[in-house]
Amino acid sequence: MLSHAEASEKFIADAERTDWHDETLWFVREKRDKVSKVLPEWEALREHASQIKDHTLANLGSYLQAFEEKAQANGIKVHWAADAAEHNAIVHQIIADQGSKILVKSKSMLTEECHLNDYLANKGIEVVDTDLGERIVQFRNEAPSHIVLPAIHLKKEDVGETFHQHLGTPKGNKDPQFLTEAARQHLRGHFLASEVAITGVNFAIAETGEFVVCTNEGNADMGAHLAKVHIACMGIEKIIPKREDLAVFLRLLARSATGQLITTYSSHFHKPREGQEMHIVLLDNGRTRQLADPKYKNSLKCIRCAACFNTCPVYRRSGGHSYHQPVAGPIGSILAPNIDKKANADLPFASTLCGSCSNVCPVKINIHEQLWFWRQDLMAAGLAPVSKTIGMKLMAFTLAHPAIYRIGGVFIRRFSGLLNTSLNPWYKQREMPEAPKESFQEWYKKR
Amino acid sequence: MRVALFVPCYIDQFYPQVAVASLELLEKLGCEVIVPIDQTCCGQPMANSGFASSTEGCDANFTNNFEGFDYIVGPSGSCVLHLKEHHPSEKIRNSVYEICEFLTDILKISSLQAKFPHRVGLHQSCHGQRGLRLSSMSERNEKPFSKLEDLLGLVEGVEILKPERADECCGFGGTFCVTEEAVSVKMGVDRIKEHDANAVEYIVGADTSCLMHMEGILRRQGSKVQVKHIVEILNHA
Repeated sequence: MLSHAEASEKFIADAERTDWHDETLWFVREKRDKVSKVLPEWEALREHASQIKDHTLANLGSYLQAFEEKAQANGIKVHWAADAAEHNAIVHQIIADQGSKILVKSKSMLTEECHLNDYLANKGIEVVDTDLGERIVQFRNEAPSHIVLPAIHLKKEDVGETFHQHLGTPKGNKDPQFLTEAARQHLRGHFLASEVAITGVNFAIAETGEFVVCTNEGNADMGAHLAKVHIACMGIEKIIPKREDLAVFLRLLARSATGQLITTYSSHFHKPREGQEMHIVLLDNGRTRQLADPKYKNSLKCIRCAACFNTCPVYRRSGGHSYHQPVAGPIGSILAPNIDKKANADLPFASTLCGSCSNVCPVKINIHEQLWFWRQDLMAAGLAPVSKTIGMKLMAFTLAHPAIYRIGGVFIRRFSGLLNTSLNPWYKQREMPEAPKESFQEWYKKR
Repeated sequence: MRVALFVPCYIDQFYPQVAVASLELLEKLGCEVIVPIDQTCCGQPMANSGFASSTEGCDANFTNNFEGFDYIVGPSGSCVLHLKEHHPSEKIRNSVYEICEFLTDILKISSLQAKFPHRVGLHQSCHGQRGLRLSSMSERNEKPFSKLEDLLGLVEGVEILKPERADECCGFGGTFCVTEEAVSVKMGVDRIKEHDANAVEYIVGADTSCLMHMEGILRRQGSKVQVKHIVEILNHA
């Protein structure tokens, strides 16, 4: 697996595509700016959302129990999964009981986190992703590169070629409307035939036992309304206390995500319709561990809007796949190390700590500060290369001793020309600063 | 007013003119400026690399040099932010100021004897802007303000030009600039492109680290555009 830095270098090698990726996502960020700035109460709304989430996380156990009770009373079957393996086994069992070999699934980053598609494929069950972007990346055997815009790394030409190969559209056709229509016809067949539909969950309401799924394409509804069995998969942090809290979150979600005033479909699922089975799988998978650590607890406030992706100057220029995790971008970089420190030790360093992410976040997660904390924890866990540890200790020693610092300074200025080599990553595309004859301290002593 | 001048290590070694301008400017404005001579570094290079646990010696050295002062002023938003957020001494955390912040909020200057008749591209450094709140930010729904622009407004002849994305990061990011070299340079190149579109003669900011990174790219490009720390302009007769 390539590190973020290595994968980014490959991504950036195509400068034209990198510029296009950067500009496309910046356009989304600007749309977000426009719609957030027409609301005088925007910052108060963020604060309110943040406080609701803080309150919910502080009482998560009781809200989850309340939700389970209400949902069960509504006729929904509630399942609890400690980790991805349990989650997948539960989902598989429900499908196996139904006897289905193919099913439809609307967008759920949680099932990406659990690698559900691969798991079910190994059991002989085909999952058809019905979100257009997800279907595109699924055809290409890729992971989504963005949690809201899964195929944002692809241009219409790429989609045209993919559909030509998988749906038989004419070669060279890259007309978005034509290609979308081809996808609609293709997906319609699956919607009509599937007996099981999986959806994600954006919000689960403790007060009523209902859950809300937001899509722009209506694909969650198409799947869930036609299938005999609806399985909704959610992380335990998706709970909100009351239905009225949606008035805060639905406004923030779409504005932050795409600059829309509200998502096209905000569908409430309250109880199974006559003859339908409805299941909810509640997943922990490290979330309670995150909850127990005060430094990282509030990362669980995330509503998966991806505003932090769109604003991140690093994400825009490195692409989602460079983060080698289902959830990329700044939020992914603070969630992933909780799952696997070693595999994700590079991610908290894939940031300049510019702080833009924390300031667009609709629930006020201090993302850039958590990146900093993860850096400390990962290095303390011994995950630095030996050369880095030695370099850092040497630097720390030098800077703790003024006399050694002064000698080191003279040395570096005198021999800085030696750093003009391809071995020096700075020098690869930048000149070294010109070394002055004397340091400020030397000048000051003579003053 | 008695002020201790904090000169970050890389400014001491590579950009002494920024420290000289800071010293002269503060003196011109009537401050008694003391330079604690055994100072080295704020500790940020280690801490942002995940080695905050190794900065004890560096922190202690900073405390020894600066704890006797009520005003510690430095020409670097990033280093000052690090001290404010992470230095173990509360006295230090509460006494340290970035120089633009100090000129605006403590000295409250309203005029300057300075002249710089040039087209100046404004670079908002992230730690100065979002960290120290030297200016409003595009992410938030807030009333616009800018301490840097207010100060530059006191200099005769300056024409301030803002890049299209007024507060996007330049990509320096401390050790990020070498560990994520490709992204870092791409970010810098993109910033410079926007300043070039404004036909600026200088790129000016309150963080020499950002400027050092952009200068490295400008010089490699063979560009005529120069970088300057804002104090060099505020001190420019």
